[in-house]
Amino acid sequence: MAVETTDDRVRNTSFVFWSSSKYRTKFYEVLVLGLLFASLYWIINNVVTNLNRLGIRTGFGFLKQEAGFDIGQTLVTYNEASSYGSAVLVALLNTVLMSLLAIVFATIIGFVVGVSRLSSNWLLSRAATAYVEIFRNMPLLLQIFFWYFAVLRALPVPRQSIAFFDTIYINNRGIYAPSPVFEPGFGIVIAALVMALGVAIALRRWARVRQSRTGQPFPVLVTSLIIIIGLLLVSAAVAGFPLSWQVPALKGFNYTGGFSVIPELVAMVVALSIYHASFVAEIVRGGVLSVRRGQVEAARAMGLRPGQIMREVIVPQALRVIIPPLSNQYLNLAKSSALAAAIAYPDLMHVLGGAVLAQTGQPIEVMTIVMGTYLAISLLIALFMNWYNRRSSLVER
Amino acid sequence: MNEAQGAAMIEIRDVHKWFGDFHVLKNINLTVAKGERIVICGPSGSGKSTLIRCINRLEAHQQGNIIVDGIELTDNLKQIDAIRSEVGMVFQDFNLFPHLTVLENLVLAPHLVRRMPRAEAEEIAMNYLGRVRIPDQANKYPGQLSGGQQQRVAIARSLCMSPKIMLFDEVTSALDPEMVKEVLDVMIGLADEGMTMLVVTHEMGFARTVANRVIFMDLGQIIEENEPRAFFEAPQHERTRNFLEQILSH
Repeated sequence: MAVETTDDRVRNTSFVFWSSSKYRTKFYEVLVLGLLFASLYWIINNVVTNLNRLGIRTGFGFLKQEAGFDIGQTLVTYNEASSYGSAVLVALLNTVLMSLLAIVFATIIGFVVGVSRLSSNWLLSRAATAYVEIFRNMPLLLQIFFWYFAVLRALPVPRQSIAFFDTIYINNRGIYAPSPVFEPGFGIVIAALVMALGVAIALRRWARVRQSRTGQPFPVLVTSLIIIIGLLLVSAAVAGFPLSWQVPALKGFNYTGGFSVIPELVAMVVALSIYHASFVAEIVRGGVLSVRRGQVEAARAMGLRPGQIMREVIVPQALRVIIPPLSNQYLNLAKSSALAAAIAYPDLMHVLGGAVLAQTGQPIEVMTIVMGTYLAISLLIALFMNWYNRRSSLVER
Repeated sequence: MNEAQGAAMIEIRDVHKWFGDFHVLKNINLTVAKGERIVICGPSGSGKSTLIRCINRLEAHQQGNIIVDGIELTDNLKQIDAIRSEVGMVFQDFNLFPHLTVLENLVLAPHLVRRMPRAEAEEIAMNYLGRVRIPDQANKYPGQLSGGQQQRVAIARSLCMSPKIMLFDEVTSALDPEMVKEVLDVMIGLADEGMTMLVVTHEMGFARTVANRVIFMDLGQIIEENEPRAFFEAPQHERTRNFLEQILSH
């Protein structure tokens, strides 16, 4: 606290507490907090009173009750007798499956298109430009409807399915493929696979040490592939090929048996991948362009080959520019997956915002679950990408 | 292969190059003997940088022949690779790889292109870092060094490939005046060891003391070519005289 001087040459106006900047700040802080709590109390009180008056139950007790509806795609055991809690889990897994598949495909397509746009090949770069401009400039919901209604639902009915080699069938109810059936003895093949992978990893490590020691590169990829395929074939032969395929067959109105994918999932994954890939492509292009021309020239002048320049010079420098906006794009993708509700793919939004909401009549609890879950998914993605960003960011100084 | 004494390291015959409609190099003829040190000067846009960038195919010429150490530069990628691993180049803005340490910058090409064991490449790299007098900076990143130090690292990086020819493209132009000398000293040392050098520069003092021949270029042509004393004291062409007056006047 400043000591007030009694020196005549200093003019002191009489002290009133509201002219002190410190008191004034405190006063406003208390005022704002007070208003905030008052309004929160008013809202909550209102809600509780209204819910009580309407006789609406509150709380999350409904999660343990029987849901009573079926879901079109379940990754874990679920039936009509399962609880609402299980329904939430099924919906969450469906959202995660769709988002993960779309993130993987959007990344692959995006990298290929982004690099193609920089190609000196006229046709390739123009094709990539056309891709980006078409798919990033139309609403995502429209694209989802296009793939679902105009492409997948327009396929023939099951009886006239498009068949590949009489094993894979495609119709307007989905895609049907043979599923593997593991017979006794398959453990040997799995053991062989694990062993082959172990050998491949050891080989990679050995090749790296050897190159460091002698300078000689070793064809790791080809050798590993030969070892893995060779060991798989030999072990399968020893075990008497303990694998058979269950081929889907037409029974009644549709194919049963084998492995099936519902058209809603296909439409969502295709639409999300293609739409978001156009943004990823631009992110990748920007990243590669951010590496100065002189870097490539210096590498070329030293005799490095194009593949080596890409791996040793361009990618490490481009990644630091690519990763932050790429994380953003992944978050966008995960959130836009909620549009799945529009074509009734049983994701979080559709299951909880549809059947669960309608049957329980508890919008506050249901929406809280949906919001919390999306928030958790997004935060997990952000957490992972931040970790990856730290790992790959340049040390430079 | 030319192994004879004074054999041509670089032979440039009737070379023309265009950037679109712009005729950058017009009928260039130049023979550089082993161990020769050539300084190329001229106003900006005269094509001097383009000329030395054609020697390691950073730019492709469209007419004429360029033969480096008995290998002709054509579209043949094998031959281009062979020439690039024999010709070192140092750039105006260093172009060190910012994501690698100084030592890693030096080891990269010998290890990947010459397939040299890493330990051996590191030993050679440390040796050259000693020659450019910054061995203590080996584990720093380029961004931590001064401009003059970075340029010396860039020279050492080229030397690690044990090139037969060194190209210098205005290597002191981006440096503060007090750092120019430390880089020129390294280049003089290199000249004393008999390295074949082509140097694009405006450092006329360097040209006077180090060059065997000075070449003046303007508008894509070699205007004048002479040993340094005659070049500076009795330039034959009006344009050369004008150029020298302008850059020596201050």
